[in-house]
Amino acid sequence: MENSVGKVKTEYLKLDKTITLESGKTLNKVQIAYETYGKLNENKDNAILICHALTGDAHAAGYHSEDDRKQGWWDTMIGPNKAFDTNKYFVICSNVLGGCMGTTGPNSINPDTNLPFGHNFPVVTVEDMVKVEKELIDYLGVKKVITVGGSMGGMQAIEWSISYPEYVKSVIIIAAAARLSAQGIAFNAVGRNAILTDPDFNNGDYYGGKHPENGLSIARMIGHITYLSEQAMHNKFGRNFKEDKPNFDFGVDFQVESYLDYQGRVFVDRFDANSYLYVTKAVDYYDPIEKYGSLENAFDKTNANFLVISFTTDWLFSTEQAKEIVNALIQKNKKVSFIELDSPCGHDAFLIEWEKQTTIIKSFLSEVN
Amino acid sequence: MLGRTLNYRQITKLVKEGSKILDLGCGDGYLFKKLVDEKKVTGVGIEIDENAVIKTMERGLSVIQADLDKGLSQFGNKTFDYTILNRTLQSTDKPDYVLEEMLRVGKKAIVSFPNFGYWKVRFYLLFKGKMPKSRALPYEWYNTPNIHLNTVEDFFDYCKKNEINIIDCIYLAKKKARKKVIKPFANFFSEEAIFVISK
Repeated sequence: MENSVGKVKTEYLKLDKTITLESGKTLNKVQIAYETYGKLNENKDNAILICHALTGDAHAAGYHSEDDRKQGWWDTMIGPNKAFDTNKYFVICSNVLGGCMGTTGPNSINPDTNLPFGHNFPVVTVEDMVKVEKELIDYLGVKKVITVGGSMGGMQAIEWSISYPEYVKSVIIIAAAARLSAQGIAFNAVGRNAILTDPDFNNGDYYGGKHPENGLSIARMIGHITYLSEQAMHNKFGRNFKEDKPNFDFGVDFQVESYLDYQGRVFVDRFDANSYLYVTKAVDYYDPIEKYGSLENAFDKTNANFLVISFTTDWLFSTEQAKEIVNALIQKNKKVSFIELDSPCGHDAFLIEWEKQTTIIKSFLSEVN
Repeated sequence: MLGRTLNYRQITKLVKEGSKILDLGCGDGYLFKKLVDEKKVTGVGIEIDENAVIKTMERGLSVIQADLDKGLSQFGNKTFDYTILNRTLQSTDKPDYVLEEMLRVGKKAIVSFPNFGYWKVRFYLLFKGKMPKSRALPYEWYNTPNIHLNTVEDFFDYCKKNEINIIDCIYLAKKKARKKVIKPFANFFSEEAIFVISK
């Protein structure tokens, strides 16, 4: 395949040390699922850490087997001569703490009990996710890193510059904010409630039996509503019926219903309901403004160059929120570029509009490195 | 308009080496890049047009997409050695507000504009009785972005009224830049003017 990183494999790192979380609780033997593309240079300073969004995974580029040629979630952006050029950079992507794609999360086996954590898994924060990513970076021998992320990944990219300013050369923040809006928290809360009230939820200890699939699929449907703009929904589905005419019942009637129904159904096959609770909660909690008094204070120690990208129709992480980051960096005399890209795709634009992003990111990276 | 070359050369001359600049309405970043290359400046550009922002980024420059008419509240007082507004004043919604903001965030401001007092412009209106068009003002009245045109004389008046210091003024006409010209002559013979001001 042209410009592909080719066949790749998810690797697993098991940490020996105990990780102390922001809440004060601890986790032993944390496992991190990750993939890398390209080569680390001699100075060990050409690394790019790609931080995934809410339900992403470590498989960001390439494919896993010749039979399954399904590409990684950001394959349009990562590869030889692509935005994140694997001929030049050592690109890393890992699954977040609390996730369910190989990194320790609520569906992992608790080493103390030999049973899945379930509701005994401690609440994790974006800061904790970054702390675990730092362990991976150290293990790989990386000395300097460029952190990149869209949506929740953007929050991690920001947090890297706050927690580990001496490691971070540049930060690329896409369709993200320094904190989620009340409206965003509200949508997450409804999603969590759908899971929590599912009769199969069983207080999070459902691993031996039926999973709360209804709750999780409803949560995913709500999520998908927030990822699209009104315009995108109109363009994609309009008011069209699935079968050209109404059925006069309460089944899946409209095309937009059919889309949400499909997204909900496929999601339960790949994602764990508990992880959805933990990861959305981490996003809701993230607030460096509250933590440091102001965003300016939070950015006090960073010397990184920043690139901030927002999209016109993204209302989940709006341009106004992106500007909040940009303005704080300007106030602190940090180097920052900002662009609002015109796109009808809503929040999803960061995964779709790869062509414009490629031009911008390539220019930015060639300047700063 | 007069070629870019003369205007850019004059502005480049005005900027001290190693300065920190804010280039307002930086367009494709050509002038900003010239200043970086020739005067080792640092700083940031501001531009509203998405494609122009991308072009500026492609030159490897820091640029922020924003609307000048909404002010520069993100920047602290006297953050920059120079704020530059090149050939853009006449197309802003609120030139007075933009100038105020430039003088607030910059120690010095460099402003250039097409001179509506230029003799050819005057004669055009006088003899043709139509809205003047020229190299500097190529648009029709109904599609021009130049909604706040002014003359050299107007700019002097504005500075006087608002207690703005004029540090330097350069008049451009016929591929030449002149400095020491008395006001009425400058207003009559120059096609474009560049002012360095402070407050």
